[in-house]
Amino acid sequence: MTTSVNPLDTLNLPPDAGWHARLHHTMGNALIITRREVRDSFRDWRIIAPIVILTFLFPFLAQFVAGRFAEFVAGYGAEVVGERTIPFLLMIVGFFPISISLVIALETFVGEKERRSLEPLLSTPLSNTELYIGKTLAAMIPPLLSSLGGMAVYLISLVAGEVAWRPQPALVVQIVMLTIVQALVMVTGAVVVSSQTTSTRAANLLASFIVIPMTLLIQVESIVMFLAPDTDSPRGITALWAIIVGMVVAVILLLRLGNSIFNREELLGRTIDQLNLRSVLRNIWRMTRAVDNRGTPARNLREWYGGVFGAVKALGPAIWITAGVFVVAFVAGWAIGQAPEWQLNLPKDASMNQAATMLGRYTSIPTSTGTLLFIVWQNGRILLAALVLAIFTFGIAAVILTPTVYAVIGYLFSQVYIAGYNPTFLYAGLLTHGVIEIPVIVLAAAASFRLGAIITRPPKGMTVGQGWTLAVGQTVRIALGIVIPGLLLAAFIEAFITPRVVVAVLSGGGG
Amino acid sequence: MIEAYELTKVFDDFRAVDCVSLNVPRGSVVALLGPNGAGKTTTVRMLTSILAPTSGWAKVAGYSVVDQPEHVRASVGVLTEQHGLYERMKAIEYLDFFGRVYRMSAANRKRRSLELMERFGLTFALDKRLGDYSKGMKQKLALVRAMLHDPPVLLLDEPTSAMDPLSAKQVRDAILELQRGDRTFLITTHNLTEAQQIASKIAIIRSGRIVADGTFEQLARQFVGDPIMELRANRPMNGFVSEVTDLVTVVESGENWLRYRVAEPEQSNPVLLRRAAELGVEVVTLAPVSRTLEDVYLQVVKEDEGYGNDDQR
Repeated sequence: MTTSVNPLDTLNLPPDAGWHARLHHTMGNALIITRREVRDSFRDWRIIAPIVILTFLFPFLAQFVAGRFAEFVAGYGAEVVGERTIPFLLMIVGFFPISISLVIALETFVGEKERRSLEPLLSTPLSNTELYIGKTLAAMIPPLLSSLGGMAVYLISLVAGEVAWRPQPALVVQIVMLTIVQALVMVTGAVVVSSQTTSTRAANLLASFIVIPMTLLIQVESIVMFLAPDTDSPRGITALWAIIVGMVVAVILLLRLGNSIFNREELLGRTIDQLNLRSVLRNIWRMTRAVDNRGTPARNLREWYGGVFGAVKALGPAIWITAGVFVVAFVAGWAIGQAPEWQLNLPKDASMNQAATMLGRYTSIPTSTGTLLFIVWQNGRILLAALVLAIFTFGIAAVILTPTVYAVIGYLFSQVYIAGYNPTFLYAGLLTHGVIEIPVIVLAAAASFRLGAIITRPPKGMTVGQGWTLAVGQTVRIALGIVIPGLLLAAFIEAFITPRVVVAVLSGGGG
Repeated sequence: MIEAYELTKVFDDFRAVDCVSLNVPRGSVVALLGPNGAGKTTTVRMLTSILAPTSGWAKVAGYSVVDQPEHVRASVGVLTEQHGLYERMKAIEYLDFFGRVYRMSAANRKRRSLELMERFGLTFALDKRLGDYSKGMKQKLALVRAMLHDPPVLLLDEPTSAMDPLSAKQVRDAILELQRGDRTFLITTHNLTEAQQIASKIAIIRSGRIVADGTFEQLARQFVGDPIMELRANRPMNGFVSEVTDLVTVVESGENWLRYRVAEPEQSNPVLLRRAAELGVEVVTLAPVSRTLEDVYLQVVKEDEGYGNDDQR
């Protein structure tokens, strides 16, 4: 046997290689995987048969249904229903084939694990990213080609056929884009599930976490396509653009998640087939009591508070991002208030006292004494909802839900300024307790944001599970050490001191 | 070529590999033996940079398994415990795929594939779907895959399992031929006869720890004691046994035979033969009583269990 190959000569890029060369190298390697898998898929009649049927037969059936349905409802004077069924069926024609991508993607890692063919692949010099991209593309390409092919067949048959449909180009573009992003969401989600399970059965069961939201989304899209007021707009349906943007964000987050958890260690060593709740809770409790990331327990309250501030420090950019979103929300509220159609048109000559009373009709800013517990509950439930939703939305809910109140405040400030009132009473009503409440809420929102986002990129050297457990422990530390005491103190001030300050300000202002 | 120092892998609370240190010089074959679940596969996975060590370090072909994983993987050929072939592919496509992954040129991929398939007697099945391969053929093809890019280091898990005797010999011959060509092998196996035949060094791993490490002779001496020789004469050896007790340790004896343990046979045997001649004992045969790796292995495991019990106590 002769020696002639040195893979290192060709595998490695020079250290000064530019991004273009790196991208070319990564994609070149990824496509080796993609080509093999696509070829393998096309050898399986169980994949080929539905793809052929859904590409070449189903569109004609859909076109036939569209024609008959349009005729039927026209008989009852409901032509509009028939017209709107046509783009709806275009979406369905596109969606059915991409659902196959879910099956392929679910099988992509766990199937290889089951057949024991994954380890030889993991033993090659391909990087984690190359394997991930290669397999993701392989799961997407055949169904997406089928989907686009099916939609093309459907469109051609409608435009050239007896229905002679003349669609809004923007709507067709939207449906095509929706189909692509839906395929991406399903595939990236399925790859995450597939890479973390040990059997196809487990992967299929867990796929309900993808199938159910996608089904709900399709229902929402259907309703939008039938009921949206701008269905015939040449710029497309606004709500569909919003869904596309939301889906793109979901794809980016799922890609990040997939890329971060897609590593050899996770693929071979970790599974979510079994959930040891006791062990999870034990680890969370350990990280809650800890003074550092290694789980060293605090010996006294002072040491533990050191750990609390360590946890705040660990939030890192999450704090600045969250604070930035709060500022943006306030400014956005202010900006909305500038638009004539959104203005409250408050009387220009009202006194400060009257202004406060009038604003009280539009806002929940307390200008009278409320109970302490009620105030804590008001803030607490928003933060709790943000925390829970953040876990399921990669942290996004935390930076959408919580700052919404500040958009309202920004709006109210704008109205007060537009009406020409002295805004001192607003400052007094907000900032007296707000100096504590606002930073605490920003901190709580940042902790929730990080808790949700950490699974998309766990700290270096940690698995997703370890990173998440650490983040839960740190979040509980922040909640117990700062947020809950802070909210109680702010509520106390709001309930017993703020009203007096407001009254004093109003009296001084000639109220 | 393979250096590992206190390599440790902990999964949650389970210590799968515990401070394993190994040194496999260039051009040698080291057999890693141990019961199921001893930590062999985890060790190999760390040496392939598939799993990151919890602590300790290792270098394979001069590259760090932690800092240069892609270099390590490019320098090793791995035969996994399960062959893991893509059953819908043909052999030639399968090898072409892995050749591409290793960035081999088209000509090189073809040449190496044909060369290795011929070496292992699989040329006739080049265009067969892998699903139609027999178990032994699949194992051989997996071995061809591991050797395809001609790596300097080969990590082979049970290389001859499921093979018929002829195929197993082909594989052993190939390993020894490559070893002579300066390739380095770490083989994990349960086939102790095979390990004894091809390994220049043996390491026994148990409960994640290396409990014995050395050449077969060193291990045999350490765990089974000095070599035992058997001497046979053509007639009864009256009084001979008592004349040699100062020279060797007699283990067993019969009317015309004697078994003895000796630390340095090269020095003691000539003296013993001279005494036999002086006493008129005509020696028919003098040969070592064969000791197998199985004897050594069982003794190692037994002793380690004893230590384990002691520890528990």
